[in-house]
Amino acid sequence: MSHHKDDNGAKLGMWLFLFTELLLFGGLFLLYAAYLSRYPHEFSAAGRQLNVVFGTVNTVVLLTSSLFVAMAVTALQRNERRQTLWLIGGTVLCAAIFMAIKYVEWGTKIRHGIYPNSPHLTTGPAGESVFFSLYYMSTGIHGLHVLIGVTLLTWIGTKVKRGAVHGGDYILLENGALYWHLVDLIWIFIFPLYYLIL
Amino acid sequence: MTSNTGGHHIVGYGKLALVWLALLVLTALTVLITRIELGGYKVLGALTIACLKSGLVIAFFMHMKYEGRLLRWLLFVALVTLAIFIGFTFFDVLYR
Repeated sequence: MSHHKDDNGAKLGMWLFLFTELLLFGGLFLLYAAYLSRYPHEFSAAGRQLNVVFGTVNTVVLLTSSLFVAMAVTALQRNERRQTLWLIGGTVLCAAIFMAIKYVEWGTKIRHGIYPNSPHLTTGPAGESVFFSLYYMSTGIHGLHVLIGVTLLTWIGTKVKRGAVHGGDYILLENGALYWHLVDLIWIFIFPLYYLIL
Repeated sequence: MTSNTGGHHIVGYGKLALVWLALLVLTALTVLITRIELGGYKVLGALTIACLKSGLVIAFFMHMKYEGRLLRWLLFVALVTLAIFIGFTFFDVLYR
C-alpha cells in the first residue's frame, strides 16, 4: 500500500487555521479599540491597575519559549533528537512559568474583587467593568491557547522520543511550532494594549 | 523545480538568537516609551513596535521569509481582511 504524505499541504492547512485565529483575536482587539474610544478615562484608570512587571516578565518568557520551539525545529531538521527534546522541554517550562504568573495575576485581581460581574465592578463606572471583562476574555482565551499549545507540543515531544517524528518527517513539529508562535504573536499585541498604553 | 509552497530551509541557531535579542530590545523600548508622557504618540509607538515584533516572529521564527508565493499571498490577504475589518469599524465608531 502506498502512503501519500503532503507536507506542504499540511503546512498550508495550518496557516489557514492560523488566519482564522488571527480574525478571532482581531475581533477582540476591535472590541477593545471601540470601547477605548467610548470610555478613554475609565479604560485608563482600569488599565493602570494591571501590573506592568507581570506583563513584561510574561512577554520575555513567551518570546524565549518561541525561540526554543524555533530552535527545536532547526534541531530536528538536523536530526539531533536529544537537542530537540531539550528544546521542546524548555518551551513547556516557559509555558508553565507563564501560566503560573498568570495564575498569581488573576488571583490577586480576583481577591481584590475585580472579576466579571463582581459587586465592586457592577457598582463602579461602566467603562472599568467593560475593560476588565475584555481583559479576562482576551487573556483567558489566550491562556487556553497556551494550554492547548503546550499539550500539543508535549504530545509531539513523545513522538520525537519514539522516533515517529524525525529529521526526514518533521511537519508535525513544524506545525506545532507555528501554533506556538501564534500564541506568542497574540501576546505581542495584548501586552501593549492592556498593560502599557493606558 | 520551483515550488509554490517553499522548500525546507533550515534557520541556524545564531540567526534565531539574534531575532530573539532584537525582540527583547524592542520589548524594552516599548516599555520605556510608554512610561514617559507622549500623549497620542504612545499608542502609535507601542503599536508600531508590536507590528515590528510580529514581523520578526512571522518572518524568521515562522519561516515566512523562506516560504513560496502561495503562503505569502495568503498572509497578505488575511492581513488586508483584518485591516478592512478594523478600518471600516472605525469609520463607523469615530464618525457616528
